[in-house]
Amino acid sequence: MIDSFFNPQIMRQVLPSIIDGMLITVALSILVILSGTALGLGLATVRTLQNKPTNLLIVFVVDVFRAIPPLVILIVAFFALPYVGIQLSGFVVAWLCLSLVLAAFCEEIFWASILSVHKGQWEAARSTGFTFLQTLRYVVLPQAMRLALPPLTNRAIAIGKSTALASVVAVPEILNQATSAQAQFANSTPLTLAALAYLAIFIPLVVLSRRIESRFMWKH
Amino acid sequence: MDRLIETFLNPEVMRTSAPYLVRGVWMTVRLCVVVIPLGIAAGLVLATLHSLRHRWLNVLLIVYVDLFRAFPPLVLLVFVYYGLPHMGVVLSPFLAVVLAFMLNTSSYYGEILRAGIESVPRGQWEAARSTGLGRVQTMRHVVLPQAVRSVLPDLVSNTLEVVKLTSLASVVALPELLRMARVAQGITFNPTPLILAAGIYFLLLWPFVRLLSRMERRMLVRAI
Repeated sequence: MIDSFFNPQIMRQVLPSIIDGMLITVALSILVILSGTALGLGLATVRTLQNKPTNLLIVFVVDVFRAIPPLVILIVAFFALPYVGIQLSGFVVAWLCLSLVLAAFCEEIFWASILSVHKGQWEAARSTGFTFLQTLRYVVLPQAMRLALPPLTNRAIAIGKSTALASVVAVPEILNQATSAQAQFANSTPLTLAALAYLAIFIPLVVLSRRIESRFMWKH
Repeated sequence: MDRLIETFLNPEVMRTSAPYLVRGVWMTVRLCVVVIPLGIAAGLVLATLHSLRHRWLNVLLIVYVDLFRAFPPLVLLVFVYYGLPHMGVVLSPFLAVVLAFMLNTSSYYGEILRAGIESVPRGQWEAARSTGLGRVQTMRHVVLPQAVRSVLPDLVSNTLEVVKLTSLASVVALPELLRMARVAQGITFNPTPLILAAGIYFLLLWPFVRLLSRMERRMLVRAI
């Protein structure tokens, strides 16, 4: 058991590639979280403009990305796009797909929390001479963030974990490195290392999200 | 335009791949029917244990829950499917998927139900107990109904995630919807089956996404 899960010799050999994998996992997660939340916030802002056709379109696109499993989106993008001559690397496909998925969830969260800010706040800010965007930026969003932050952190962690899906489209992140090393050594030690690598990245974030949740919880 | 339809929505390929996709949907449904009740039951056990307010037990529960919340489900699945055989435990793909997803999803259901149970005022317990109801009866008839009501959107949301999660089973060659679509794509050299599979997921899950949006909005209005 120790030999097949904690083999020290294999650990030494595999560790460098797992660390390479960690860098890619972290880089991909950060890129996805940045572009996904930015796009989500952008969509929610457009939605506050209350243009009917645009809003219907946004809601539909958001629903599509909330309903279809991320792995399916990833596989469709990776294996179907080349048929029309669009050839993207696994990393770029994973980045785009996961960003869109995260953006869909973030749009919903931002939109719901913007709605929760009392209408009077809008009117008061506008009547002091703030423009629409200034009102949103300085009055509404700061209040909305309190409600949005806990679900946003949870979503960010979830999407960070789903970078593991990128291993399916041959992005050399942690899981991908581990499964190829596992095949090479016919031993499970690389998987153990991969598991530890994920825990090292995500346990602190899960604990942080617990903190944020209890700190920002609405007290009834 | 014709070329696009020929490539992505090819009617002939649709006919060829339909039987594969039907089998895939069937397997996805079977997976859901097994994993969701098991996950909810295990989550309920976790939440009930938490409500006993035993200090060390609670520390243990939090460690368990956080551990499986920090693990990407795909990593868990690969570990269970490819790792356990090295320990002499060989599971069928179906069992491996069920085990991995149950470990993953029970911790989410556990967290949600725990929050729900904690949201029920202490007085409800005391009142129920003082009328002569036993602990289990109080939990079953007084606390849980209120707890479930208060976290219903989260329960629906997590259940939706579990259904989407089942697509990961394709990685260990379990013939569910995504896997069968890939197989059909391999046979026909055409991406139409993939598009169809995505469409099927969307049609199956869209009503729940809509429902969830509404529920979340209603909860928010109530919270303010």
